[in-house]
Amino acid sequence: MGNLIIIAIDAMLISNIVLMRFLGICPYVGVSKRQGTALGMGFAVIFVMTFATVISFLIQRLILDKFGLQYLQTIVFILVIASLVQMVEIMMKKVAPALFHALGIYLPLITTNCAILGVAFLTIQKDYSFVQGLVFSITAGIGYMIAIFIFAGIREKFDFADIPKPFQDASIALITAGLLSMAFFGFAGIVKL
Amino acid sequence: MSTKQIFLKGIWENNPVLVLLLGFCPVLAVSTSVIDALGMGFSTAFVLLGSNLVISLTRNFIPKKMRIPVFIIIIATFVTIVDLVLKGFFFDIHKSLGLFIPLIVVNCIVLGRAEAFASKNNVFKSIVDALGMGIGFILAIAFLAAIREILGNGSILNIKLFGDSFKPVIVAILPPGAFISLGFMLAGMNKINLIKKEKEKAKKNLEKKQKQSQVG
Repeated sequence: MGNLIIIAIDAMLISNIVLMRFLGICPYVGVSKRQGTALGMGFAVIFVMTFATVISFLIQRLILDKFGLQYLQTIVFILVIASLVQMVEIMMKKVAPALFHALGIYLPLITTNCAILGVAFLTIQKDYSFVQGLVFSITAGIGYMIAIFIFAGIREKFDFADIPKPFQDASIALITAGLLSMAFFGFAGIVKL
Repeated sequence: MSTKQIFLKGIWENNPVLVLLLGFCPVLAVSTSVIDALGMGFSTAFVLLGSNLVISLTRNFIPKKMRIPVFIIIIATFVTIVDLVLKGFFFDIHKSLGLFIPLIVVNCIVLGRAEAFASKNNVFKSIVDALGMGIGFILAIAFLAAIREILGNGSILNIKLFGDSFKPVIVAILPPGAFISLGFMLAGMNKINLIKKEKEKAKKNLEKKQKQSQVG
């Protein structure tokens, strides 16, 4: 249990997937102009990330490892995740239309989100058990949501700031992300791994 | 568009990282040293070249609706080749790039060029486009890595530049430094483009005035 809590804190804060591991930067800069959309994207990421990690974990352990096909990992994982996103989209439309309307537009964006694939790979690389992998993927998603929500809150204030012309848009966003990353650096050393 | 224009567009005018703002993840993550950055740059350029080549060759056989999954499989194949080659011959680079080699699959530059260029143009043009974009990517990532390595380690390509009295700015090597350096790089690029635009405007205005005075 203690081990799981350490994994959770590490994934959420210490090695935050966006600010420390640099995964999923494109949507992080792209859909963080308003807090509402950032929250929607955050939930979509948690949802898909958990599903994708569980499925890819099972495929790795039950198929690839068993038959010695580890070299196919990259091809199999990306295909599984791409089709999973499509399937989640179709199923959500039928089962939970309200949720679909809230998250629908963010789902296609997630296919190219390297955070999803990255977490699936990391779970295998770190040799986590099934439960550890599950906790890791959920908390990594929560970490993504925390990072993008705070970031969007700061970016909303840009509307009232007088930013020099060359720094507008992506440039100032990256510098802000850098400062945020510095703040998250303060969490380093909370737990010893 | 001439071949030369396509080639140069990828390097400067449509630089994949600095202008199109694609593929930030590997640029930020593996720019702690110039050697790693070059490894990443060449790997990505190779994948870009291979996928552009195959996709432009097969573009007439791929059904429109199925194109994205097919593109992804083609790209993933080349990424696997790069992964295995690096593991076999350049183990140090493979170790330091780590997770980001398989993640070339989801690098938006590669899929973006496949969708926007290779699926619409002939083989020769696609290769030229891939070369231009690849070199643009390598230049951007290597430049950022050079800034970070010089500031954060006082060296470039592992050669020490300064004497013992140099105190490195360690934050440049750490994650926050990556974001901030890239932010300033983008700002620099924007500034150069703004100056260029103003110069062109001034030139046009001058020409207009000259014409008017000639007419007058």
